Amino acid sequence: MADLVTLTIDGKTVKAPAGTLVINAAKSAGIDIPAFCYYDGLALQAACRMCLVEVEGVPKLMASCTLPVREGMVVHTESPKVVASRKAMLEFLLTNHPLDCPVCDKGGECELQDAVFRYGAGEGRFTEIKHHVEEKQFSPVVFYDAPRCILCYRCVRICDEGLGVKALGVIQRGAVSEIAPNSGDHLECDECGACIDICPVGALTSGIYRYHTRPWEMKHVGTICTHCGDGCKTTLGVRENEIIRGNNRDRSGINGEFLCIKGRYAFDFVSHGDRLRKPLVKRNGKLVEATWKEALETVAGRFRELKERGARIGVVGSNRTTNEENYVLQRFAREALGTPHIDHHRTADILSFLAAVGGRTELLGRTEDVYTAKALLIAGVDLAQQHPLLAFQARANWRHHGAKAFVVAPGPVREEQYAARVVRAKLGEEPAAAESLGEELKKCEDLLVLFGGSVRGEALRRLVAFGDGLGIPVKYICLADYANSRGAADMGLLPGFLPGYQPAPERGMGLAEMLEGGRLEALWVVGANPLRRRKLNSNAFVVVQDLFLTETAQLADVVLPAASAYEKTGTVTNTCGEVQRLSRALTVMGPKPDLEIFALLAAEMGVDLGPLDAKSVWAEIRGNVPGYQVAEPVLMTGGAAPTSPPKVDGVTEEDAALVEPSGDTLFTSGSVSRYSKILNVIREAPGGLFQEKRTKLT
Amino acid sequence: MLYNEPSELEVKVLTRRFGLENSQSLDTYLATEGYEGFRKAMEMSPEEIIEEVKASNLRGRGGAGFPTGMKWGFVPRDSDKPKYIVVNADEGEPGTCKDRVLMENDPHQLLEGMAIAALAVGARRGYIYIRGEYRYLIEIMDRAIEEQYRKGYLGKNILGSGLDFDVSTHTGAGSYECGEESALLESLEGKRGQPRIRPPFPAVSGAFQCPTVLNNVETFCNVPAIFRMGARAYAELGTPRNGGTRLFCLSGHINKPGVYELPMGFNLLRMIEEVGGGVRGGKKLKAVIPGGSSCPVLKAEECDVAMDFDSVAKAGSMLGSGGVVVMDETTDIVKVALRLMAFYAHESCGWCVPCREGTLWLKKLLARVDAGEGKPSDIDLIGELAENMLGHTFCPLGDAAAMPTISYVKKFREEFEERLRKASEAAESDLVVL
Repeated sequence: MADLVTLTIDGKTVKAPAGTLVINAAKSAGIDIPAFCYYDGLALQAACRMCLVEVEGVPKLMASCTLPVREGMVVHTESPKVVASRKAMLEFLLTNHPLDCPVCDKGGECELQDAVFRYGAGEGRFTEIKHHVEEKQFSPVVFYDAPRCILCYRCVRICDEGLGVKALGVIQRGAVSEIAPNSGDHLECDECGACIDICPVGALTSGIYRYHTRPWEMKHVGTICTHCGDGCKTTLGVRENEIIRGNNRDRSGINGEFLCIKGRYAFDFVSHGDRLRKPLVKRNGKLVEATWKEALETVAGRFRELKERGARIGVVGSNRTTNEENYVLQRFAREALGTPHIDHHRTADILSFLAAVGGRTELLGRTEDVYTAKALLIAGVDLAQQHPLLAFQARANWRHHGAKAFVVAPGPVREEQYAARVVRAKLGEEPAAAESLGEELKKCEDLLVLFGGSVRGEALRRLVAFGDGLGIPVKYICLADYANSRGAADMGLLPGFLPGYQPAPERGMGLAEMLEGGRLEALWVVGANPLRRRKLNSNAFVVVQDLFLTETAQLADVVLPAASAYEKTGTVTNTCGEVQRLSRALTVMGPKPDLEIFALLAAEMGVDLGPLDAKSVWAEIRGNVPGYQVAEPVLMTGGAAPTSPPKVDGVTEEDAALVEPSGDTLFTSGSVSRYSKILNVIREAPGGLFQEKRTKLT
Repeated sequence: MLYNEPSELEVKVLTRRFGLENSQSLDTYLATEGYEGFRKAMEMSPEEIIEEVKASNLRGRGGAGFPTGMKWGFVPRDSDKPKYIVVNADEGEPGTCKDRVLMENDPHQLLEGMAIAALAVGARRGYIYIRGEYRYLIEIMDRAIEEQYRKGYLGKNILGSGLDFDVSTHTGAGSYECGEESALLESLEGKRGQPRIRPPFPAVSGAFQCPTVLNNVETFCNVPAIFRMGARAYAELGTPRNGGTRLFCLSGHINKPGVYELPMGFNLLRMIEEVGGGVRGGKKLKAVIPGGSSCPVLKAEECDVAMDFDSVAKAGSMLGSGGVVVMDETTDIVKVALRLMAFYAHESCGWCVPCREGTLWLKKLLARVDAGEGKPSDIDLIGELAENMLGHTFCPLGDAAAMPTISYVKKFREEFEERLRKASEAAESDLVVL
């Protein structure tokens, strides 16, 4: 800890480490100094002049956002002089600011409104004509209303410093200054909406949310994003059973306020017109609508019959369904159907990873480590596109702590903007490239290795062995795609492993063999679309649980409409092995959560799998699955609880061969993204991975 | 070329080569004691050079009047970063036109001053930031620089001093704000011309985050004379704590407007009468802006003042950049206040709230009052808004807009009231009330 400095703020004795800014020292003492341009973690501005305070012995008021604490300093934050200056600043701000609060999106959660309420004058003295310019649309999601803008430059900074995108700048001068895209009349960016979220007023508004509701009409549901494997918390604004926006303004959760386009906007698939509302049953070669009763009876009847004659049944689980659902699905498969053939789409080689780590849980990197590690080795992954939260945290680590980043990638990635060293290597050849950095890495205090799905099998073992031999503390994060890839593996949606990586008594067929071996008599697919990539070479009876009529569902005999992650409860485990809890934002008519479908099917088949509600199953998981004895209070308070997976034995080369990286970009998310309007209207989609061309190196 | 006849009262130190044939050429410069100052300085240690500048009582000629030697002394010479010399030639203060004549008539004097500064702080690179409107001066300076390189006065090991020094010009893009030193540095680095958070000051972290000596053209031009004449002789030209001479730019309602070099402490009334030939058309003097538009106005009866930094400050204004604007009795003060506020509203960079919004509001308010549409409360409002800007802005531009405005309202309130009275008379109804 740095030396403590003692100062007095509003009569309170405050101790703060040397170098602390007065505004933060005050905050630590419970004294709130208002500010628009000051923003934690971003470059200092001192432009809004709201945080001016009186410092004894200094004739002028001082900006507390750029003033470091000094021993013996006496600060007044609410003296008549200070309050008068704040009132004056607000009066200036309101001169050209339209008072359209009654229709402004920000009305009710506007920092300017709040400040005026607290310090502003009740009447206005400005009787001149306001400066007005027309509103502009920068992109499908970003609108800019210049008159409302108070030019705090938060948006410019978050885009530049936070994301490394540099899409926004300032044009003109003086009172007619405006925020504008650096690429002319439109944004070329990640469309993450951070600029909108960070805007203290209603200047930047979201194309999805604007003029839809008043903030206080919404219920705010904190849940976990269903898209990539980072597991960001997103707070959904729900009105009348409709999700109107996603943000995380309260900065809770592992992502703080960070969200990418998917977390902030791509919840819209849930209300897509193609959403399955009723079960479908194949009659005369065509899928037709049926009642739940008919559909469940059909499935249960066939499953019972197939089981009785010992038919080959294949089960394909999902990397988006909850841990509870995955756990029950494998029990259903193994116990009720008696089949060992169960698998899921593996986007990363979690098995080889956990085998290489060998139970040394201290080697497992967590989300927070990306922000605190002294050095980062980012290998075989386009972090900014595939893991936007981790990319944001890695950049923040470099900006705030000067972390050294080493990049191994087959093509340009955004992390190269700040990387200490970049090595080009083909996918799968990352270990050799990493080894070439050995001498430099050895000099680091500690290291966090992040690697993508291309590092698998032998390559993965070699990379971990290399890290282990560096002689410094090294942690690893094996990057998988989708909200619950890790949970799917942890819960035993694997042919060779039971939950918690306990060896299965009989090793079943993997996904490829199941589908392409041509020997299945039934295939049960839950929340996955395996036939998008592979062919089914058999005449199996196919049951699909999904939200949409995917390629797989189209071939099904029975399709059961499933609820999305935003329509159910349960837990998911992110790519760093942290468990988080979903909250239900919507109730849907027609579709049912997969867990409920399992329960109904079990009842229909007359098998007893115990109580099948999310809470009871979670209790069972905590009791039975090694590594899942996580801290319940952390989950209950919306936190991310790390799991401690045990040592994994018996991983085969087939397991590694089954890994198929998803290849999703910032603007895709498997089959689901086809049904997100917002993900399909973004013009600036960067195309494939490792092709970053938009942002120049700094 | 020269724009005005010299005055007999002038003390020609910086302007001694003005009017000489080929005054822009290095040969002329060398023939008239050019680089004598540098030759003396190169025999001195950096500490001695800085001490000499301190002893000369030279104060910054850009406007703030900060002691130059002290500023140079702040540069951490032991820093392993490169050091820079930057010349502020972004002369934009209304009423000021001295740097242009210095660069136009004696470009080598500026370059010699820079080279001495480079010796003092160990700099190897210099920039002359010239406002874009001074296109012709950029060409003159570029020619002078080229000539110096050709003849060994720039480049490697200048005059055997061991000093390697490179200089180039940099063009401003037309923003008044870029005359503020930190905004100038941002602009020099190719960024938007907005001021920086200070501290750190340029001496510690200036151009490209390296230690930087940043002075006005006239300040650098004084330096060769200090070393040529000796600090003491130079200091004695002026008043205590205000060494040397100063270029005053006389403009406005005066018979002989022009740029005149006079000793520091020269009486303002005497300057108007004897140097400037008195108020034009024999009219009565009403007011004087003593140091460029950013300085509070002096009423005629306040003008019996010695023109040095301290005396003018005591009189409630500033010596500023030496732009003396003379206003006769016919001057409409409301229009003056409006014209200047229109300038500041146009030039406010927009970075901070009080300056950005305050200048525009004041401009609109003054325009309304000037147009005869004011309300009685407007006069107090003008003063109050200016007070609300004063001391609250990020950089001095806001203060520069506020201070004179406050002075106009305070010192010429009756003129504002008169304007309102006329307005209300004009608005009287012609209808006969029965």
